[in-house]
Amino acid sequence: MTHELTRLPWHKAAWTRFTRTGVVLLLFLPPALLLFTVFVALPMGEAAWYSLYSWNGFGTPTEFVGLQNYIDSIENPVFTTALFNNGLIIAVSLLLQLLLALGLAVLLAEKVPGTTTFRLIFFLPYVLADIAAGLIWKFVYDGDFGLVAKIWEFFGASAPYVLIEPDWAMYAILVVMVWKYFGFYMILFIAGLQQIDKSLFEAARIDGATRWQIFRKITLPLLGPTVRLSVFFAILGSFQTFDLIMPLTKGGPFDASQTMVSYLYNYGVTRMEIGFGSAVGVILFLICVTFAFGYKRVFMKND
Amino acid sequence: MTKAATQKLSSGGLPLVVIYAVLFLVAGMVLIPLVATALGGFKSVGELRVNPFGLPAQWDWTNYIGIFTGPTYWRLMLNSAIVALLTVFLTVVFSAMAAFVFVHIKFFGSAFLFNYLVLGLMFPVATAILPLFIKIRDLGLLDTYWGVVLPQVAFGLAMSVLLFRNYFKQLPGELFEAALMDGCGYFRFFWFIALPLSRPILATVSVIIFVQSWNSYLLPLMVLNKNDMYPWPLGIMEYQGMYSTDWHLVLAFITLTILPAIILFFAAQRHLVAGLTAGSVKG
Repeated sequence: MTHELTRLPWHKAAWTRFTRTGVVLLLFLPPALLLFTVFVALPMGEAAWYSLYSWNGFGTPTEFVGLQNYIDSIENPVFTTALFNNGLIIAVSLLLQLLLALGLAVLLAEKVPGTTTFRLIFFLPYVLADIAAGLIWKFVYDGDFGLVAKIWEFFGASAPYVLIEPDWAMYAILVVMVWKYFGFYMILFIAGLQQIDKSLFEAARIDGATRWQIFRKITLPLLGPTVRLSVFFAILGSFQTFDLIMPLTKGGPFDASQTMVSYLYNYGVTRMEIGFGSAVGVILFLICVTFAFGYKRVFMKND
Repeated sequence: MTKAATQKLSSGGLPLVVIYAVLFLVAGMVLIPLVATALGGFKSVGELRVNPFGLPAQWDWTNYIGIFTGPTYWRLMLNSAIVALLTVFLTVVFSAMAAFVFVHIKFFGSAFLFNYLVLGLMFPVATAILPLFIKIRDLGLLDTYWGVVLPQVAFGLAMSVLLFRNYFKQLPGELFEAALMDGCGYFRFFWFIALPLSRPILATVSVIIFVQSWNSYLLPLMVLNKNDMYPWPLGIMEYQGMYSTDWHLVLAFITLTILPAIILFFAAQRHLVAGLTAGSVKG
């Protein structure tokens, strides 16, 4: 009996703690889980479901068409253009943008006067909305008013309207993309460079390593995790390109500058082809997820 | 080793002249479009045509004053501010609460639920935009701020839960044990100890989520059809559509709409950089 009595308070404390834990669990977790489920997970699942129907969004989807939406979306020539453009965006991100960012990060990692100002300037376009950046460059590219027009006039030629030339529009967009995003990657690289132990450079220097050797053998390998992560961001981000397209070309002229998302928007959303748009969404989802898991498995195992 | 020698090391020993030449060239390419936009707002259409990038011959304030005194600009700013602030508040509260549970309470399925939430980092909003639109419509949230806010919160959760969890993890565990010993419940511990200690990560997450929401375009485009509810990216696109050839007006409008972002950038750039690098190093 006395034994029982002495144990009671402990019991009680454990019980209160247990119920408290339960209450916290039931109050703290559900808001996040509920919102995520309703607005992220469910729509993703529903995209797979709707993609099998021909549906304009009213009532419930009843007209089952199997994989027809997938066939239609892939067979549309715009799909190929969009995929090619997304590939182009990835290529430019990796080859031009990341290299530019890396080069500038190396230049700005040292303490020459003015580095802070330059870092701020280079990073500035990143905080602007894609919409604003796109409109600003629409002005720059304008054949009557823009900078591009003035440069051509200087050479005595009449300026092309780059954004309405099917052969030029996508490249004009790529320039804006590099302009807007290189600063972001530069900041990532600078953060990565700052984590490298400075004594390594010193030791290499004493051993008589050339500057290029130091960059090649020390800086670059130690920057590995940052580089791999930047590549990951750059590729995943490239698949989402949309906001920049809309103010500049809306995907035109003649669909020349469509990306996967603008294709989804222009052919699925504006025409209220829910099934078709969902199919494009599912394809994009599969591309992103396959890429994300594959990349993490192959390149980021140890990071 | 002297400072000068260290400097030369990482840059490959380029002469300072070359370094500065490159830096000024790139800075020029970044700034010229921005400065031209701000200056363009002070010009007339005629002057813009002959002199798009120089200083205005006559500083014409009427474009700016007209926008500042008209109703459109302030309505757009207000709409964007309401949506962004609600989004930031709910994202921070919900993700801090969830992260707190993941760190401090051991329960069956914890790892699974965490991975489930973080999966949201893997794919863009756009992939499920049509079913999301149907969902928002069926919930009766079309043409409401909540129709934009709630999905934005849902898509922001993945990153902020991850950042909060990493931060809470590195707070000393004894703190929690000691507080519980002293009879401090989970709620009081969360509110009076964990959150105040997390000010740096609170600021970081808030700034990132704010910028994302402030700049977002696709979701409001789907959800909002009344232009008196438009946030500024929708409003500016509409404005550009209406005054497409009056570049002086459009440029003044762009300048004024990006002004808050630029002010925020200079005020909070440390948090912004911290957030981006934290997200990248630990992501």
